[in-house]
This record gives sequence, structure tokens and C-alpha cells, in this order.
Amino acid sequence: MKGDHHVILRVVAKALIPIIAMYGFYVHFHGEYSPGGGFQAGVILAVCVILYSLIFGIAPTMRAITPGFERFIGGLGFIIYVGVGFWALAMGGNFLEYDALFREEPGGHAGQHTGIIVIEIGVLFAVAGAMVTIFYAFAGRVSEIRDEDW
Amino acid sequence: MTGFEGATLAIDLLNITLLTILFVVAIAIARLRSLFAIVMLSGIYSLVSATWFVALDAVDVAFTEAAVGAGISTALFLGAMVLTSRTAKPEKGATKIVPLLVVIATGAVLIYATIDLPGFGDPNSPANTGVGVEFLERTYPEIAIPNIVTAVLASYRGFDTLGEVGVVFMAGLAVSLLLGFGERSLGATVRREDRINAIKDDEEES
Repeated sequence: MKGDHHVILRVVAKALIPIIAMYGFYVHFHGEYSPGGGFQAGVILAVCVILYSLIFGIAPTMRAITPGFERFIGGLGFIIYVGVGFWALAMGGNFLEYDALFREEPGGHAGQHTGIIVIEIGVLFAVAGAMVTIFYAFAGRVSEIRDEDW
Repeated sequence: MTGFEGATLAIDLLNITLLTILFVVAIAIARLRSLFAIVMLSGIYSLVSATWFVALDAVDVAFTEAAVGAGISTALFLGAMVLTSRTAKPEKGATKIVPLLVVIATGAVLIYATIDLPGFGDPNSPANTGVGVEFLERTYPEIAIPNIVTAVLASYRGFDTLGEVGVVFMAGLAVSLLLGFGERSLGATVRREDRINAIKDDEEES
């Protein structure tokens, strides 16, 4: 990079991006107890990638996390979500009926908990994948953003 | 938001302050012509409204607003802005006055609608007596997770959330079909450069 006048930005971002990613996972896995869940966590993880690419350039980001991988993650998330629905169908319940997942007696909650956790993972993947895909699609149209363009 | 007597005044002041900031930011967005400043201000708008949602006890909505409105949208708007020009053309004549009239009419209708709304936190309002209480009572015995919002979102309204995930997925799919693939996209360029470099490395080694 020419003229290293973004050095503070880069140093701060380098320190902050792992923390943001960690916070994203916290929001995801703590969604049972506190505000948050797959949607917000997916967006926060996507913001990590986007922040990195805004500061360090889009080409290095695309080498680390390829557009194909993000598209794959986005589709996989949706398949995971739908898969839980079909899992419940296969166990004899209705589509997305989590109580049917393990054919529990009434009063058991393992099915509900597993179902919610798995579909939240699906939401996380789908949202993170779709958001980064959209960003790549827009940002990938210009090769490099020059400083005077801002 | 219950508590001791003086709290209501403090909350009112907080609401008025936040709404004033929102108003000022909205006016500034409407009057500015530099798209970069508009994108930044709309991020600020989202962040302030997220703060206001926290003051209204809607923490989940605030969280989503902060993450999506202030985070993703700002980044996507920046990405879109880079593809177009940096300033908006000023509107002339009738096109300038019609949106104002539409906004005033919509605002008047909305204010008229708020007259019928129950007061904030009214325990006798339909939202707090009907289905809301039902969810509060049934969630723990039936699902046994403490955050009722998550339980409603993921379990009771699982179909709804499936639809939302489908919409997000399709948005990503549509944008990448329109812009993301192809020889001229940056992803393909990066792949091509990597392949050329790999071939060069192989030739140097052999």
C-alpha cells in the first residue's frame, strides 16, 4: 500500500477483528439466554470479513475467504434449516416439529433444544454467507478503491 | 420501565433527545448531496434509532438494527456508491415538492393512527393481555429456554424464520447471479492471478 497513512486504522482493526468475530460467536451461542441469535451473529461475522476487506483490500480477503466458499456457506445454511424440517418429517412428526426429533415423551426438551440450536446454525451460515456474497458482488466490480475516491 | 417517580421525566428527556437527533439527522440526509456523507449519516441514524429501541425495552430489535442497519447496510451502501457517482443531482421543480407532500400526508396518517394506540407499557393493552401472556406462560414448560424471543422465533414461528432465511439466501443468490460471477468479477481475477503465479512458481522450480 502506498503512503502508509492508514497505519492506525490497520493496527486497530487487526486487534479488533478477532474480538468482533468472538463477539459474533458469543451472540450466536448465547442467544438462548440473551438478545441475539443466528441472524445477528451472522451479520456480525459478515461485518468482520467486510471490515477486513475495507481496510486491507478486497483481493487479499478474497484469497483468504473465497467467494465460492461464501456462496457454499450461504446455501449450506438454508439446507441445514430445511434438513431439520425433513428430519422431523422422517421421525414421524410434522415439518419443523422439534418435539418429534428424538420421539421423546411429552415433557422432554432435548428435541426443542437441538432443533433450535441446529436451525440457528443454519441461520448463521445462510446470513453470513449471503451478506458477504452480496458485499463481494458489489465491491468486486471495481478493482481497487483509490484514496481520492473517498 | 417502571421505577420511582423521577424516572419518567428522565425517560421522557431521553426519548426527546434521541428523537431530536433522529430528526436532525433525517433533515441533514434529505438536504445533503454528497452520497458518502449520506451513507455515513444513515449509519448514524440506524445507531441512534437502535439506542432509542433500547430505551423502549426492545433489545432484540435494537440489536438487529445496530448490526444490520448500522453495520451491513452502511458497508453495502458504500460498495454500491463506489459503483456510481459520488454526488446526487439536485431535483428541480415539481419533483422537489411532491415527495414532501407525500411525506407530510403519510406522517399525518401515522400520527392520526397513534391516537388509537394503547399507552407505552400499558398492562391492559391487547399485546400484553392476549397472545403475549400466552407465550410468557407456555414457553418455559414447553421449550425450556429462557429467552422467549428466541423460542418464538425459532420454534413457534419456525416456518416464518425459514421463509426469512430463504429470502436472505435468495437475495445473496440474486445479487451474485447479477454481479458476482463471470470473468470480469474480482473473484475470477484473483483466481486467475493465483493460477498464473502457481504456474510461474512451478516453472521456476523445474
